[in-house]
Amino acid sequence: MRRYSVFAVAREGLRYHTGWERAWRSPQPKKKYDVIIVGAGGHGLATAYYLGKNYGITNVAIIEKGWLGGGNTGRNTTIIRSNYLQDPSAAIYDKALKLYENLSQDLNYNVMFSPRGLIMLAQTHHEVRGYQRTVMANQLQGVATEWVTPEQLKKLVPIINIHGPRYPVMGGLYQKRGGTARHDAVAWGYARACSDMGMDVIQQCEVKGVRTEGGKVVGVSTTKGDIDCDKLGMVVAGHTSVLAEMAGFRLPIESVALQALVSEPIKPCMDVVVMANTVHGYMSQSDKGEMVIGGGTDSFNNYTQRGSFHHIEETVRALVETFPMVSRLKMLRQWGGIVDMTGDRSPILSKTPVEGIFVNCGWGTGGFKAIPGSGWAMAELMAKGHSPLTQEFDMFRFREGKFIDESVAAGVAH
Amino acid sequence: MLLLQCPYCGVNAEETELAAGGEAHLKRATVGDSDEAFEGYLFMRENKKGVHLERWRHAYGCGKWFLAARDTATLEVFGTYPAQTTEPPADVTENIRAKYPDWSWKETA
Ligand SMILES: Cc1cc2nc3c(=O)[nH]c(=O)nc-3n(C[C@H](O)[C@H](O)[C@H](O)COP(=O)(O)OP(=O)(O)OC[C@H]3O[C@@H](n4cnc5c(N)ncnc54)[C@H](O)[C@@H]3O)c2cc1C
Ligand SMILES: [Zn+2]
Repeated sequence: MRRYSVFAVAREGLRYHTGWERAWRSPQPKKKYDVIIVGAGGHGLATAYYLGKNYGITNVAIIEKGWLGGGNTGRNTTIIRSNYLQDPSAAIYDKALKLYENLSQDLNYNVMFSPRGLIMLAQTHHEVRGYQRTVMANQLQGVATEWVTPEQLKKLVPIINIHGPRYPVMGGLYQKRGGTARHDAVAWGYARACSDMGMDVIQQCEVKGVRTEGGKVVGVSTTKGDIDCDKLGMVVAGHTSVLAEMAGFRLPIESVALQALVSEPIKPCMDVVVMANTVHGYMSQSDKGEMVIGGGTDSFNNYTQRGSFHHIEETVRALVETFPMVSRLKMLRQWGGIVDMTGDRSPILSKTPVEGIFVNCGWGTGGFKAIPGSGWAMAELMAKGHSPLTQEFDMFRFREGKFIDESVAAGVAH
Repeated sequence: MLLLQCPYCGVNAEETELAAGGEAHLKRATVGDSDEAFEGYLFMRENKKGVHLERWRHAYGCGKWFLAARDTATLEVFGTYPAQTTEPPADVTENIRAKYPDWSWKETA
């Protein structure tokens, strides 16, 4: 792989950009791999990357039914933060944030990580208490967050209306290290690095069946034929239940649609990410100038990657009250993704009842921020059979009642 | 936009008039049941890409709970029926089988 650098740009500039290589190969599947990862979203690709980088396991295929990054990874609003409440969450989300901080250098690919800061607004007394508690929990976890007053908040976000009639802004939970990154670039950067290590990223190849012998996985059946493997990682977000059924077990997951939308591009007006959980909307400004907006999920199971219209209306209504200037903006695009929700709003990174099959799912509405940490932890789990970062995220925790309750931290879909 | 007919008042209710209530026909686990049975009852929801039997409430209408059979892959509705039943009625089952001939409900499978 030829590295990207300022010299490469200069070199190519002098020869009409004819020398750029393809970022990754598009190989045909081999007969057998040590590890197959199903799903070339951020989490699947990151899992493969750290299997190679940290454990030297490179005989790996990442199998994707569509195009890589075309699932939730390429549909999300890219909020990155680690201000969760429970210790196991802080550990994995903060690991992810730390990896994001150096990801562009590590991958030699600009993922445009922008630690511009993130604020979660408190607009009820209940939320004030909740977030002040989170600030304290974060301090104990070594995750720097702070409480900001409405006046401080107004300085950070001049376009905000803190005196809303129904839900005035009473303060906020501020994480300075939070921010955004370029979603496609995260997927592309990992894919390029995986391909460079000799891994096969196989797109347009749908897994149709999981083959097992004596309770152990032996391979998958795909639209490009049967492929064998020793270990299988299922990292398919909204389609987790479908894959699990192929392997004969069930997971406590429900799939629902989550939408986002962007406005026409405008001049820079907000250089932090703001989330308003009570009124259910959040907003940031992309480098192109578009206001990137998200809200709540649909309330019923759905696989159509198309959400209900009234959610857009509700989200925009909430944001117009919080940011009055938004009322003059035209919205350009709207889209949906299928997110995988668990009962405690925390992910599942786990062994499964089938030997050799591992599952990484349940990131629901908020897994983009976790991609590097999740991949790091999942690789450790798959390579060594256990990982301190994943042990609490076991799929059997529901039976034990050992929830990792993040319903507050994950209050608004993000 | 999802439209469901309330089987009680007959209104063709639009989604914002309704409240979704998750999987239908759940059987409550009870004293003496295994941990696994409780886990199933509390957390292991059906999540098919295809036929889904589910509860809805006509929240901003007559207020009653009813059940619906819907295709989660297309949003097609196979039918709605009253909640006072332990299994989907024959006409609904027929509509489902017209599209998925091999369909069987987990309770009858
Ligand atoms: C609208 C929206 C906004 C969001 N905003 C945020 C946010 O601001 N911050 C944040 O942290 N998170 C956010 N999220 C959540 C985040 O996008 C996801 O948690 C994360 O991207 C999940 O990544 P993944 O790799 O697990 O799944 P995906 O990116 O969905 O990848 C799974 C892949 O598996 C493939 N697949 C499925 N079935 C098969 C099969 N049978 N064979 C082969 N391949 C298969 C799919 O095609 C897909 O590409 C948002 C999500 C949505 C939808
Ligand atoms: Zn009614």
